[in-house]
Amino acid sequence: MTAPTPLTAGIIPNGPVISLPEYEEMGGYQALRKALGGMSPSEVIETVKASGLRGRGGAGFPTGLKWSFVPERNGDTGHRYLVANGDEMEPGTFKDRLLIEGNPHQLIEGVLLAAYAMEADFGYVFIRWAYRDAFLRLRHAAAEAHGAGYWGHDILGSGFNLEFHVNVSAGRYMCGEETALLTSLQGGRANPRTKPPFPPVVGLYGRPSVVQNIETLCNVPHIIANGADWYRELGLTEDAGTKLYGVSGKVKNPGLFELPMGTPIREIVEEHAGGMRDGLKLRAFLPGGASTRFMLPEHLDMPMDFGHVEAAGSRIGTGTMIILDDRTCPVGMLHNMEHFFAQESCGWCTPCREGLPWVEKTLAAIENGDGREGDLEILERHAKMLGPGYTFCALAPGAVDPLASALEHFRDDFETHIRDGKCPY
Amino acid sequence: MVLTPDELALFDHGLSLEENPRSACVAAMKFIQDRRGWVNDEAMEWLSVKLDMPLADLESVATFYSLIFRKPVGRHVILMCDSVSCWIMGCETVADHLRRRLGIDLGETTPDGLFTWLTIPCLGACDMAPAMMVDEVLCGPLTPELIDKVLDACVAADSL
Repeated sequence: MTAPTPLTAGIIPNGPVISLPEYEEMGGYQALRKALGGMSPSEVIETVKASGLRGRGGAGFPTGLKWSFVPERNGDTGHRYLVANGDEMEPGTFKDRLLIEGNPHQLIEGVLLAAYAMEADFGYVFIRWAYRDAFLRLRHAAAEAHGAGYWGHDILGSGFNLEFHVNVSAGRYMCGEETALLTSLQGGRANPRTKPPFPPVVGLYGRPSVVQNIETLCNVPHIIANGADWYRELGLTEDAGTKLYGVSGKVKNPGLFELPMGTPIREIVEEHAGGMRDGLKLRAFLPGGASTRFMLPEHLDMPMDFGHVEAAGSRIGTGTMIILDDRTCPVGMLHNMEHFFAQESCGWCTPCREGLPWVEKTLAAIENGDGREGDLEILERHAKMLGPGYTFCALAPGAVDPLASALEHFRDDFETHIRDGKCPY
Repeated sequence: MVLTPDELALFDHGLSLEENPRSACVAAMKFIQDRRGWVNDEAMEWLSVKLDMPLADLESVATFYSLIFRKPVGRHVILMCDSVSCWIMGCETVADHLRRRLGIDLGETTPDGLFTWLTIPCLGACDMAPAMMVDEVLCGPLTPELIDKVLDACVAADSL
């Protein structure tokens, strides 16, 4: 028996979009009818809490719990916002593009349900400019859904109102950070905000707001339609549901695979992604995008879920793995990633703005054969001083996670580069 | 005049849907860029009045976002991904081909004004790495042959 794939059912990668009639045929918008027809907002929150759904954007925060932080209305008539974060730009991550392009109605239904749960009257989808097809398809789907009465005034006669907007961004990785995203939506430079207060209490325009990853929201209709127990049982380990795993790098079949949460890493890499290309060996991998720590072949038999990957010292992140093979230079790979982080730093806080370019330049020197004794100590110091607690947001800590683990696992490579004055690859 | 009367009507309609004028500033700059290729100083001054934002404030937003162009760009904008999955899959080799074919470096525009080559973070096409976007079309996995084919198609489309 093949495992259920609720998120990607009917989606053909780079194929046609699932239309409104097709989505309804598959049971689409039934979860919305169920919630609006007989569940209170707090019942929706409780169901999502009980399902064990955790955020799929990187941090893995329990979704229902986040929604429960939004204060109850109690006569408050001001705006509240549900914001879907479609600013997918974490290097090596390509999962949300598939979900928006393939089945935009699933996302819209997820936005509606989350908005209903937190009693929001505005739903935004924040989407990066480079996702052109995803935007065009989502805009079309939004018009279809509005025409069918799924969003707008008095949705399905329930008295629930929601305005739905799609916002196209203009670049910058920083917009994916939730408070920076809100500032961007307000028409500013995407700098992060101090937390607390957290967005569920003080968010967009100072009003309660929930920012949620696309994949996370796409899970919600299935949870409401099928129940929390059904969802929990989809996972193979303590973590619930299915996960859209990705594999890129020099494997035979790079791509996305929706599998039960907790599928062994080896199965994802060797069976679904086809294993390494001929003549290459897997040397290490980043489990969930560029801002996660390297993991090693000895971790391959581990379940890919929140708890196990964390116990191995890394994070599941976005769940899209990047494979380092034995013929690719780890120093070069790290330089590439730190170049990205240095470029994308918003410049708001000093350690990140000044520290990351220093890291990048030091790595460039080592890779180009100009490394000096003491460079590794400089890198180690940055790995510590740009870590959690020293910067305004998670960009720099994410940037130095792979750096710290590379200094640990590939020490010989760094030292050979410096000693021989060249890259041996 | 920054916008034609027809464009202005569309612009004002878009503005009326926003929470406040300032919230619209990125979309407003892109509105102009989509029609003029870039946002010039005259447009910035007009927008600052229209959106009730100090010009310096608007400029700070414009220069923050990598896809707001404050300088002219070529008729076709090539956004080549240089993030980690594309790097592992050889984006530097295909970038060399692009450099030779166009005779320009990253960040430059060809003298004939046809192509501008810019960098872009991860295009979310890691399963088709190395990847690039030309105008609004995603292509990959890139080879020198595919790059030639895509650029030839741009040139052919222009001469129609």
